[in-house]
Amino acid sequence: MTNPSREKSWPLWEVFSQGKDGAPHEHAGSVHATDAEHALQNARDVYARRNEGVSLWVVPSAAITASTPEDMGPFFDPANDKAYRHPQFYKVPKGVKVF
Amino acid sequence: MTTMSPVADDSARLAQFEARVAADESIEPKDWMPERYRSQLIRMMSQHAHSEVVGMLPEGNWITRAPSLRRKMILLAKVQDEGGHGLYIYCGTETLGVDRQELVQQLLDGKAKYSSIFNYPTLSWADMGAIGWLVDGAAIVNQTMLAKASYGPYARAMVRICKEENFHKRQGYEIMATLARGTPAQKAMAQESLNRWWWPSLMMFGPHDKDSSNSDELMKWGIKRKSNDELRQRFVNLTIAQVKAIDLTVPDPALRYDEATGNWITGPIDWDEFWRVVKGNGPCNRERIEARRRAHEDGAWVRAAAIAHAEKQQRNNRETTERQQ
Repeated sequence: MTNPSREKSWPLWEVFSQGKDGAPHEHAGSVHATDAEHALQNARDVYARRNEGVSLWVVPSAAITASTPEDMGPFFDPANDKAYRHPQFYKVPKGVKVF
Repeated sequence: MTTMSPVADDSARLAQFEARVAADESIEPKDWMPERYRSQLIRMMSQHAHSEVVGMLPEGNWITRAPSLRRKMILLAKVQDEGGHGLYIYCGTETLGVDRQELVQQLLDGKAKYSSIFNYPTLSWADMGAIGWLVDGAAIVNQTMLAKASYGPYARAMVRICKEENFHKRQGYEIMATLARGTPAQKAMAQESLNRWWWPSLMMFGPHDKDSSNSDELMKWGIKRKSNDELRQRFVNLTIAQVKAIDLTVPDPALRYDEATGNWITGPIDWDEFWRVVKGNGPCNRERIEARRRAHEDGAWVRAAAIAHAEKQQRNNRETTERQQ
């Protein structure tokens, strides 16, 4: 009998699911699987048992590069002082009800 | 050059962490967190995942004997959901830096805990009703609270699980309601099952608040938002009306309605029984772990074959690329 503790762990894959046609793919969770095809089948069984998705993506977790919480401030702050990117920044003359 | 000492650094981080939890912000895997928060979450989430997986066994027992094809399809779908729930929570636990295989091994070695409710036997078909209605019903009360837990991956897994468990509870109650309006023998079967599952279901919420060693810390860090006794009371209040609607009774002569609070007050819970089962001496503790071990060992060849297949595919792909070059 194989010693289970010596068994090789299957690689981890992140699953992204598209809820309906035209919607963006969103992170659903992760699965372990030996290869991409296997990951897709597991993702369907784990994250789409009730038609939650019309399309699934699986991505090796190790292939994802993410921003870190530490540089959250400096990384995003170039957006902080650009209120003029939002429509509320601009005044519309009185009398214009619908713009 | 002055550098902050690691201790001062940690206490500043802790203050920041606690302020985030107090502001109901979601803690995510890469965020700094106290080691104790991490270890408490790993303990709690892995126990929860194990409970989903072991929870498949008492119901799996009745799949081949379901009374109709409709009931059999429903039960299969429910048991499959429980396996899925285990996977959602294991994957959430892995975001804390622990390997699923390690957690599974702890379960197989008998070192991990899981919900004691699954150490009771399923003796009649009515138990499929009682489990869906009471056990999943109690789990929904608990998990609805956990869907607001401070740890993002746990909370998100709970949202998904709660949506699915509503079907589990409905199908269980339907089984009980059908038996309760059937022949006298069927009604007696439903009542006998309710009698066995009622008290263990109340015990699912854990010891009274004053005896619960982990509760304070879990509530301080926003992992739990309500106490064991609050959740238990909510479950009792919800369930008594459902018991009456199908003309059954709970096995508690001391049960009374308290006008002042609007609560149903139960008689004393047998905590000796609770601790006996938690400590491994329930009716089915050994049988459940044996069944898990057997299933894991029986699946070893499938896992080995999947790896061999993936390696062969990789080899073939490499050779094709090399030939094309």
